[in-house]
Order: sequence, then structure tokens, then C-alpha cells
Amino acid sequence: MNGPAPSKIVLHLYVAGRSPRAERAIATLRRLCERELARYECDLVIIDVLADPQQAEARKILATPTLIKEFPEPPRRIIGDLGVPPEELLAALNLPYDGL
Amino acid sequence: MATDVSVIERLPTGIPGFDHIANGGLPRGRTTLVSGTAGSAKTVFASQFLAAGVQLGEAGVFVTFEESPAALRRNMLGFGWNIAEWEEQGRWAFVDASPQADDELMIMGAYDLSALLARIEHAVRRVGATRVSMDSLGAIFNRLADTRVVRNELFRIVTSLKSMGLTAVITAERTHEYGDIGRYGVEEFVTDDVVILRNLLEEEKRRRTVEILKFRGTSHQKGGFPFTVIPGQGIVVIPLSAIELKQRSSNVRISSGSPELDRMCGGGFFRDSIILVSGATGTGKTLMSTTFMASGALRGERSLLFAFEESRDQLARNAIGWGVDFEQMEQDGLLRVVCNYPEVTGLEDQLISIQDEILRFRPQRVAIDSLSALERVSTIKGFREFVIGLTSFIKHQEMAGLYTSTTPTLLGGTSITEAHISTITDSIILLRYVELFGEMRRGLTVLKMRGSAHDKDIREFSIDGTGMHIGRPFRNISGILSGQFTHVAPSEIERLSALFRDEDNPLLPEG
Repeated sequence: MNGPAPSKIVLHLYVAGRSPRAERAIATLRRLCERELARYECDLVIIDVLADPQQAEARKILATPTLIKEFPEPPRRIIGDLGVPPEELLAALNLPYDGL
Repeated sequence: MATDVSVIERLPTGIPGFDHIANGGLPRGRTTLVSGTAGSAKTVFASQFLAAGVQLGEAGVFVTFEESPAALRRNMLGFGWNIAEWEEQGRWAFVDASPQADDELMIMGAYDLSALLARIEHAVRRVGATRVSMDSLGAIFNRLADTRVVRNELFRIVTSLKSMGLTAVITAERTHEYGDIGRYGVEEFVTDDVVILRNLLEEEKRRRTVEILKFRGTSHQKGGFPFTVIPGQGIVVIPLSAIELKQRSSNVRISSGSPELDRMCGGGFFRDSIILVSGATGTGKTLMSTTFMASGALRGERSLLFAFEESRDQLARNAIGWGVDFEQMEQDGLLRVVCNYPEVTGLEDQLISIQDEILRFRPQRVAIDSLSALERVSTIKGFREFVIGLTSFIKHQEMAGLYTSTTPTLLGGTSITEAHISTITDSIILLRYVELFGEMRRGLTVLKMRGSAHDKDIREFSIDGTGMHIGRPFRNISGILSGQFTHVAPSEIERLSALFRDEDNPLLPEG
């Protein structure tokens, strides 16, 4: 992690309705915010592309689930239900891993 | 899949010529796979499908996996399609699924393409689309590693398009001109309707063809048809063998410009016929076409001349030499001369531009001087297709067409041109050099005159400052057409005449 640690993290998760895949991704992210990213102000926004396709269009989302780390810059985009260990996910998002 | 007994409805694409070979258009409410190698004009096809729809009052959605909407807007402007304007008017919508430069893409876990489907559905609803193009599948397979998932998801998208009643075109790349329909097993989910675009290299010349491989449960023209991609228009398919011989045939005669030749033809050329004038260089072919047009001008008919061998100035100077004033005819609006070198464009483009000129000038007479010049720049197949396309077009316009063709040898002989087109022309006039007692003369004969009687003699043909003159038959010479002259003694002619009694049985009509 370069530079000072961010105080705020913005995560946008695009899902298609409440599919098992979506639930899995949401649960993973919630856990991440509560545990690994507990030190930060973690802003997790869930966007249902079925209800709000315009948002998906604006962000050019193809696959669901898609997670975009909007802040801190630069944005990172991950496709899939995030079924990986938290440290791997944090590395992919370019966020600090403090451990437990 | 249950067989649909009802007639499958067509959606006319509006792509010139394509609907003809598709027997009316793409199957309505279905998805057609358009497959081709790189550079086979897939993106143009996909765009034109929507653009032609917009021009017919139908809105469309373009799903792009490869080029950005900005690039497409820019590239398609050259074809006269102002996509940005249509977007503002709500008649065209992009679903941008092209690679985004700013985001790095990682895959962690299972996913589907519901977001893409939701976006397509949203765009379709927003503009009220009836047409959807997706270009091209290879790009998305390349980006998302799991081809099985992508295939399943695309199948879901195609199914959804179908349930919305949309007619769609999906493009896919293939690696070879012949072989698998597409890569990544795309044919597994778009199996009903397949169109193949080819960009072949034949005898060092590029030749584009479009083939409808299948339309399930419905008919279409078989085989590959040439097409061209031209600025301001896009894809233009040349339907050739799909052309129906349904032009009306006229009994109205028009003058060739030479009363004697008219007599030999049984009263002149037919108004909607194609006349082929064949001869070696210098036998008087250009004169023949000049006389043909001057004769039209005398009656207030417009003529259009396509010259591929001589410049305007040369043509005008020649004409003056025969007492015909091209400049005056042009000023009177009775003549238009189009000169260009056949080498400049391919024959498909040449055909399109000839058709455009004809439609714009609306002449009663068309002359092409000479077809042989066009033969040089093409493959034999391409040339034949060109002549068939041109002939059919001219006949549909109900005008007379005169083609000249140059034989490769000075004496006798036929050209490749003739071998390929003699059956589709209505009349054939041969001009030949004749050696007569150490002197070169010219001979003329009407070899074929469809639907009419004609003079079978080989007549002497001379040229002076007032144009062409047809004299007496060559009676004492034979072998003119083969170039192997034999002089026949007068007594022998007498004997032969008595044998066949030709005079008693003149001018029998041909079958």
C-alpha cells in the first residue's frame, strides 16, 4: 500500500436481483467491512442492475456480480461472487490488510 | 424445437441487394449469426442493419464488444449514417460493452452476464427498438476467460431477444474463409440463421461475397453473391443469379443510326435490348456506338456513354470526324459521357457507379465502350457476374444498351468477352477486317437478332467523314469470320445459290 492509509473506502457492488451468487458476494463484502476494514469508514453500496440498468450502463457493467472499488483511486473492478480468502480480495482491491 | 408450420415472416433489412438474395429479408424475430474473417465488413453489416432500419423508421440497439461507440460513430459517418443524431432522436442506442481502458478487470468466483442483458433490455425499451446488433462475439470471449459461461450467457441473451420479438444480428469471427462457422462454438447457440461474409483473394484481386448459409425453415438464394462496400452507402449486394428474368420485352424498334443496318436487323434494334458489337481494333466499334447515340439525339432521346478506353477529348474529336457533335449534344442535355479507367476500382464498384449514373441521367440509350477494357481488371467469374448484373439492370430500365467488345486478333477470332456474354445479349453485330485482292476492307454482319428476322449477309462496311456506310455483300469471298479467307469463283457462287435458293427464302425469323 502506497502513501497514507485511506480513511474512507467506497465499494459498489452490482448484482442481478437476489441470486445466491449476489448473496454470497454481499455477505463476503459485509464481513470484509466489519472485520478486515473495521478501521475505515466503509461505504458499501449494492446496486441491483435489474432495477437500475441505467447505473449499470453508466459504469458499463457486463457481468454480475461486479465489484468496483470507487475510492480510493484508482478504481478496481472485480467480477465474480468473491469466493476467495479476504487477504486475496484486499490485495486485488489494492487495500491494506491488517490481519486479525 | 417444434417446427413452425406458419410462414416465417421476414424483416427487410434495407441493405441494398441483400433482401433480394434473402428472399425478402432476415427471419423476423430471430437472431442471425453473421460470420466472417477479419476485414470482411462484419461491423459494417451490423451497423447497416440498424442504420437501414432507422431510415425505415425502426429504432435499433447496437451492442458493441469491440470498438467504442465513439469510434463507431466516427467510422460509420463515412457511409452517411449520422449515429450521434439518431441517438439524440432516440432512434439508436449503444450498449457499450467494449473494453474500458481505466478499469483493470479481475475475475474472482462465479459470475453471469445479467448486467449486460439488463442493459440491452433497458436500451431496447428506452428507444422502442425492433432491431439489435451485437458486434462482435470474439471480443467478449477473449476478455472473459470462461468460454462455457460466456456461451451459456449469450444463449440466454439470444433467448431473451427472441422473447422480446426482436430481430437481431450477431457477428462472429472465423479464422478461415472456409471451414468452421465461427470460433468459440458460437454456432451452438445461434444455429437457425447463418450468413457468411467473405473477403477472398482470387487471382490477386479482392472479391467480397456474402452467402446465406441457412435460414431454418425458410428459403433464400443459394451460393455466394458479390458485394461491395462503398462510401456514402455501405454494403451493396449484387444479386446477379438471383435476378429474375421478368423484364418486359418490347416490340418497339429504335434506329441504330444507319438505315441500312436497321434494314439488316429487320427494322432496327429493339428498344429494350442489348446489342453486342464485336470487332478488332479500328473496325468501327466506337463509330457504331457514336452513330447509335447520335441517332437517339436526333429523336430527342438521351444517351449515356461509358468510355473505358478513350478520353472525352479523343471521343469528341473522333465524333466530329464522323459528323457528330458531342459538345452540342451534351449542351442540349442529350448526352452524358462518363470516362474512367477501369483500373481505378473493382468491377463491383464500377457496376454500382454505372447504375447510379443511369438512374440519375435516365437515358434511353446506354453505350459501353468497351467491355473488353473491363475484362482486364477482373477475374473471369467476376466479369461474367458484372455483365449479367449490368445487362439485367439495363433491361429493367427498359432502355437499349450497346456494348462494344474488342477481339484480340485482327483477323477473325472471338474474345473472352463474347464467349461469356453472347448468350445474354439480344443482338450481336460482328465487324471484321476482310482482305480483298491485296486490300483491307471492313465487313459487317448481324450474327444474332433475338426475336426478329435479320439479314445473314456479310456486307462491306466503310467509314468516311459522314460516318458509317454499309455496302454490298461480299459474294466472292468466304472464311471472313474465321479470318481464313478464300476467294470463290463467280461460277461457284451461282451454283451454291441455285442449291439453296436463298433469294426465295429470305429473312426467316430465328427461334
